Amino acid sequence: MFRFLLRRLMVAIPTLFVVITVAFFMMRAAPGNPFDLDRKLPPEIEANVKKKFHMDEPLVQQYGRYLAGVAHGDFGPSLKYRDKSVLDVLKENYRVSLTLGLISITLASLVGVSLGILAALRQNGALDYSVMAIAILGVCISTFVTAPLLQLVFGSKLGWLPIAGWDNGALKNLVLPVIVLSLPQIAIISRLTRAGMIEVLHSNYVRTARAKGLPEHRIVSRHALRAALLPLVSYLGPACAGLLTGSLVVEKIFGLPGLGKFFVLSALQRDYTVVMGMVIIYAALILALNLAADLLYAALDPRVRVS
Amino acid sequence: MNPNPLSRHRDGAMAAVKGRSLWDDARRRLMRNRAAVTSMVVLIVLVAAAIVGPYLTPFRYDVINKNDVWMAPMTGGHLLGTDSLGRDLLARLLIGLRVSLAIGVVATSVSLVVGVVWGATAGYIGGATDEVMMRIVDVLYSLPFIFFVILLMVTFGSNIVLIFVAIGAVEWLTMSRIVRGQTLSLKQKEFIEAARANGLDRGAIVRRHIVPNLLGPVVVYVTLTIPAIILAESFLSFLGLGVQPPMASLGTLIANGAQDMELAPWLLIFPSVTMVATLMCFNFIGDGLRDAIDPKDR
Repeated sequence: MFRFLLRRLMVAIPTLFVVITVAFFMMRAAPGNPFDLDRKLPPEIEANVKKKFHMDEPLVQQYGRYLAGVAHGDFGPSLKYRDKSVLDVLKENYRVSLTLGLISITLASLVGVSLGILAALRQNGALDYSVMAIAILGVCISTFVTAPLLQLVFGSKLGWLPIAGWDNGALKNLVLPVIVLSLPQIAIISRLTRAGMIEVLHSNYVRTARAKGLPEHRIVSRHALRAALLPLVSYLGPACAGLLTGSLVVEKIFGLPGLGKFFVLSALQRDYTVVMGMVIIYAALILALNLAADLLYAALDPRVRVS
Repeated sequence: MNPNPLSRHRDGAMAAVKGRSLWDDARRRLMRNRAAVTSMVVLIVLVAAAIVGPYLTPFRYDVINKNDVWMAPMTGGHLLGTDSLGRDLLARLLIGLRVSLAIGVVATSVSLVVGVVWGATAGYIGGATDEVMMRIVDVLYSLPFIFFVILLMVTFGSNIVLIFVAIGAVEWLTMSRIVRGQTLSLKQKEFIEAARANGLDRGAIVRRHIVPNLLGPVVVYVTLTIPAIILAESFLSFLGLGVQPPMASLGTLIANGAQDMELAPWLLIFPSVTMVATLMCFNFIGDGLRDAIDPKDR
């Protein structure tokens, strides 16, 4: 187990390094810089500002300086928000995305797995068809269709819930964004669970369990579920990373101050360091969650146990 | 470009002599799948409407008419009503559908070509080459998609060709993984060994033997990639990074409709329904094809 972990880390670190390199040079290849967007600075002042952020140095030297900083856990100062470091800026914005992401992924997993199991147990029954219909709809109706429709119905027509805003994470402000974020995930998760469950229910060891006379609920919970959830485990890793770093569309529609919206804004303003910080966090999250998924996979399925 | 995926099958049957009955079987299974057949019919209608529709509408999609703003559907000759600038929604919907479908097809083709070549090469050559090529895919996977696209958009300004390239460049990753996996297992087959024994060079083996045999899983993945790309384009347009006005796509229409939904709900509803219908057709056809080609998954 330890060797497996070590080997995966040996791959993850160079990967992260390449991600940083590609992102750094792509970002710099784009025209414009953080200081020329709003109003034109006098050349002397611009030169001074650039000097302050070491942007007068050759690009390769800046890159080396940046890498050294990151290796020491220093992501540098924000270029747009005076006197704030990148970490300060991210700290201010991550709460919204984290809250929404965690609630949504938990809700989606619970509902999706339950629906998937029920559908698999009643394969080709009415319940199965309704769950699959919901699943197909959930994939096709994207968040920017469901979000305005829900706003229209529950926000302005019925007036039960606020149309937009964060309000320090008040429960009623969370309801609509969480539903919108969860629906497509519920669709995918229930499909994966159903497919996995149906395959497992036809396997030999489940037949053996049945032959032993075990009650159905025990067969499902003790024998089948574990193997059926395997495909889900590898899906959830990247999905979590996506949800935790914020959903652009949902944050935009509901006017939430989250990371996704902030990322686009920073890229448009060429706030190089903030964008780089977010890219690194996102990439690290994906790598970490994939690794976690692999470990979980091995824990659930003895056959793949760390070869 | 071809709205009917079945013609692909016939090509496949020609190429793989031994597999002919397999493809016939698959076609029969597909034709028995009511959801898939219905979807094919609906999709053909949608594609036809997107291609010829814009020439037939009495109004142009980009003509602004200040006297006819916010017309409800079925009034003043506007079948689906007009938007805040008095533009005919039907005309805009048809052109938007055309743009979205075109982006879906072109970007899928980009991802198809790149993904198949990359995956087949990596899988067939194997060893260190495979390792390096697949690490590159891994790295690209961990870069945030939106980051790529925003950089491309701000660097070159947003134009449609760039959207094709940007989305296609991201979507080929999964394709290359699927193709590589298939290639690895094909490589072990006897007929490849026979080809090698006959002195065929590597390039020819990949072109003539590996790629045609990848057709099944690739076709299925293509029908599922097109809707994913249409959705991705809509996200970009929704964020203001995609298609620019007065041109429309389903994404921009929905985004604009969402802004005016209280005043003119039809501006949100018709584009949404069109998009959901289009995506559902592709998904049903993709699922149907998968069941037809690989029935053991059912």
